Amino acid sequence: MELTTIWFILIAVLWIGYFVLEGFDFGVGALFPVLGRGKDGETRKRVMLSTIGPVWDGNEVWLLTAGGATFAAFPHWYATLFSGFYLPLFIILVALIVRALGFDYRGKVDSDVWRKRWDWCIFLGSVVPAVLWGVAFTNIVRGVPIDADMEYTGGFFTLLNPVALLGGLVTLGLFVTHGAMFLALKTDGQIRHDARALAVRVGVVSAVLAVIWLVIIHWSTGTAVSWVVAALAAVALLAALAKARQGSEGWAFTGTFVAIALAVASLFIALFPDVMPSSTDPAFSLTTTNAASTDYTLTIMTWVAVLFVPIVLLYTSFTYWTFRKRVSGHHIPAVDTPGDDHEDEQVVTPQP
Amino acid sequence: MEALELARWQFGITTVYHYFFVPITIGLSLLVAILQTAWMRTRNPEWLRLTKFFGKLFTINFALGLVTGIVQEFQFGMNWSDYSRFVGDIFGAPLAIEALLAFFLESTFLGLWIFGWGRIPEKLHAACMWLIHIGTVLSAYFILAANSFMQHPVGYVNNPETGRAELTDFWAVMTNPVQLVTFPHVITAAWMTGGGFMLAIALWHVWRQKTPAADKPMYRKAATIGAIAVLVGGLGTAISGDLQGKVMTEVQPMKMAAAEALYDSVPEGVGAPFSIITVGTLDGQHEVWAITVPKLLSYLSTGTLDGAVEGINDLQAEYEITYAGNELTEQDDYRPIIPITYWTFRLMMGFGFAAMGIAALALFWLWKGKPMEHRLWYWGAVAVMFLPLIANSWGWIFTEMGRQPWLVFGLMGTSSGVSPGTTVAEVATTMIGFTVLYGVLAVIEVGLIIRYTRAGAPPYDGESLDPQDRSDDQPFVFSY
Ligand code: HDD
Ligand code: HEM
Ligand code: HEM
Repeated sequence: MELTTIWFILIAVLWIGYFVLEGFDFGVGALFPVLGRGKDGETRKRVMLSTIGPVWDGNEVWLLTAGGATFAAFPHWYATLFSGFYLPLFIILVALIVRALGFDYRGKVDSDVWRKRWDWCIFLGSVVPAVLWGVAFTNIVRGVPIDADMEYTGGFFTLLNPVALLGGLVTLGLFVTHGAMFLALKTDGQIRHDARALAVRVGVVSAVLAVIWLVIIHWSTGTAVSWVVAALAAVALLAALAKARQGSEGWAFTGTFVAIALAVASLFIALFPDVMPSSTDPAFSLTTTNAASTDYTLTIMTWVAVLFVPIVLLYTSFTYWTFRKRVSGHHIPAVDTPGDDHEDEQVVTPQP
Repeated sequence: MEALELARWQFGITTVYHYFFVPITIGLSLLVAILQTAWMRTRNPEWLRLTKFFGKLFTINFALGLVTGIVQEFQFGMNWSDYSRFVGDIFGAPLAIEALLAFFLESTFLGLWIFGWGRIPEKLHAACMWLIHIGTVLSAYFILAANSFMQHPVGYVNNPETGRAELTDFWAVMTNPVQLVTFPHVITAAWMTGGGFMLAIALWHVWRQKTPAADKPMYRKAATIGAIAVLVGGLGTAISGDLQGKVMTEVQPMKMAAAEALYDSVPEGVGAPFSIITVGTLDGQHEVWAITVPKLLSYLSTGTLDGAVEGINDLQAEYEITYAGNELTEQDDYRPIIPITYWTFRLMMGFGFAAMGIAALALFWLWKGKPMEHRLWYWGAVAVMFLPLIANSWGWIFTEMGRQPWLVFGLMGTSSGVSPGTTVAEVATTMIGFTVLYGVLAVIEVGLIIRYTRAGAPPYDGESLDPQDRSDDQPFVFSY
């Protein structure tokens, strides 16, 4: 196989990894105001955060690696995509910043106002990228105006076409379903039941939207293989919902995991051999060959990937294994932040 | 303002901001790993308390380093797309490798470290912090290799067919002579920064009356470790910085000349002086008045007391001929902004030496066992926190502004690298957006650091931290 094809596949794998992993982080964040309501809302929120606490940062690195790998393997793709999708990307970056800080800083001051503000950051920081990634990928696959110099010539609103917005709703819906399945799998008590019920309800709506969206996309750009993979994605999602109803959370989560992976894979299959088709003139499209780095660079990158990806997968799995237990309300200790009212005297007794 | 200028300001602001957190992360991860290892070895609860105290501050700092780094990763494509196209074949690889080797390591093991207290075996838990540190050092290596390529391109050919620079020797890029001296300089500067952070906070507790007297010996220990880190790091930066000067004279003579405001060449056998203060004419072409140390500049840049050093005016004339006739390289003015290179170079060294001075004094008093009650210690503590940190900023501003007007030295001018498609309005939006956001975040971060600094080290309650001794059902001790 051509090195450029191998790298196209690897980049697809990185994006898939990003969406199946960070997808449930986004879902958990988006469900913050929904599942974190009620008298015991604060405890519920902390249970939700504890399920993703040890892993969300590692999940986000899939995005950084996908970005870096695109830069290394297909510099023109990186350049056209990020300079072209300039403002959406900026919004995504801001969202990711406030979301990450929400996770980290929310519990660091014992004050309701403080927590409420970070709750907003977590919520918006999860919903906004969940939508925008769908918008971005719909546009990538369906093509955007690109001129002979590989420059994007559209504007911000070119990207907000109806199909792309539908794509945004689909990714949001899928991630929320995925996140709810994850919570059902990782928590115990009332919140577990609430999450499961919600997963089924949101999942049905998302499944309908996802099918419409996939049909529109593959209708115009699909191949036989991409149709099959997209169909399998839909089957996996329906199976996940059925399993969730039966109460087998492990299988249900596996189902949404596979569904998202296959749906993203079908997009990349439909895209190949283009990486960014031009809607201005197909001759201007960026492809795996005209956007690529030299074979020498790709060879080096291949060796690095072969040597180190297994190691990364190994220790990532170890983290998930370490934190495999369900979390519930009684796991959550009392707040252990230093005195709130700037009084030096207040003695602090955090947990060990 | 044009998109080019805005993009430059944006890159400068976001990178310098990112680099406030970076050296603290690199230095402090090492120091916290040392504290935790000391606890494992001695079982003295003071070490555990210090580990938790500085560990918490470390995580607060890390969070901002992380989120500002993400912006950096995408900024090359957003604002510098022509640059990305031109060097992507070379420049992308270190970035991708950095993410794969370093960022996964840092983020995964930080998650394990924060949530792993009492859940994973103690030795493994301590190893996590060492792995985080290794991740930060790897990260520094690869990103600095990328940066060194911009200072001194190696291991590439210019391919006229594709119109870009292409990699021919990856190993040469990884062992760029500039990289080999920059890496130790940056790492030892990070030791100074992490050390200054620890020294400052510990000294402040030693000095403060409200801190329980029983805890003071503990803070003295931390202060000692911080002071040693500042001094050892300071020695390292001075030695590596001296080596950098020599490499720089060879590969970027204009930067060296600009750092010295040396307008006219000094021939072999005379010995160029090092200037303490130089005042030049306003157009930056001639020296008007200067105080100097004889022959020191010759020594710094060539290693001999009377080596030849080229001046700005001769270099300008030389470059006008060398780089003419190519749209990527031809420029009117090959001189960086001389007052900036000149002053940032001195401020970098000056702030570093000042930090070393305070650290040396503190170490002396700590070893003498003196009480340190004088109010000056309070200000010393505040200063030693910021001196190395800001010295780092001066160093980067010097290195990067001294490289101007080049984006990649000798290959691509800065004006050729900017994204052709982005509008002024777009760049202005992101520029204002990031600046305002970063400003707010700075306030939050400083507030949190102060709050947790005041709270002091958490008490030791004697509870075992080994998972075998605990039930599986225990709470998340460090949870959000
Ligand atoms: C000398 C070291 C150094 C330098 C020059 C830079 N960084 Fe950095 N970066 C680090 C050292 C570092 C670090 C120590 O590894 C950080 C700081 C705090 C942290 O979370 O890791 C980090 C974090 C960090 C992250 C987040 C990693 C994560 O999620 O864990 C990204 C994406 C970048 N950086 C990217 C960049 C880019 C594209 C730079 C060039 C403009 C850059 N950094 C300059
Ligand atoms: C973290 C430490 C760094 C700091 C503090 C820093 C600082 C700066 C500053 C102040 C500028 C603006 C110069 C000007 O516009 O005159 C700049 C420009 C730039 N730097 Fe760095 N830099 C750092 C690291 C890097 C690294 C590691 C890279 C590459 C991997 C890099 C690539 C660039 C690029 C592409 C520009 C383009 C903008 C320009 O030249 O104006 N920088 N940097
Ligand atoms: C005697 C003291 C020092 C000398 C002689 C020295 C020398 C140098 C030189 C020559 C450069 C420019 C390298 C280039 O552009 O190629 C540099 C850059 C830099 N310096 Fe220093 N330095 C000293 C102290 C310090 C201190 C105390 C710090 C911070 C704590 C520091 C931080 C930096 C940083 C971050 C850079 C930019 C990255 C790099 O190019 O290495 N330096 N220094």
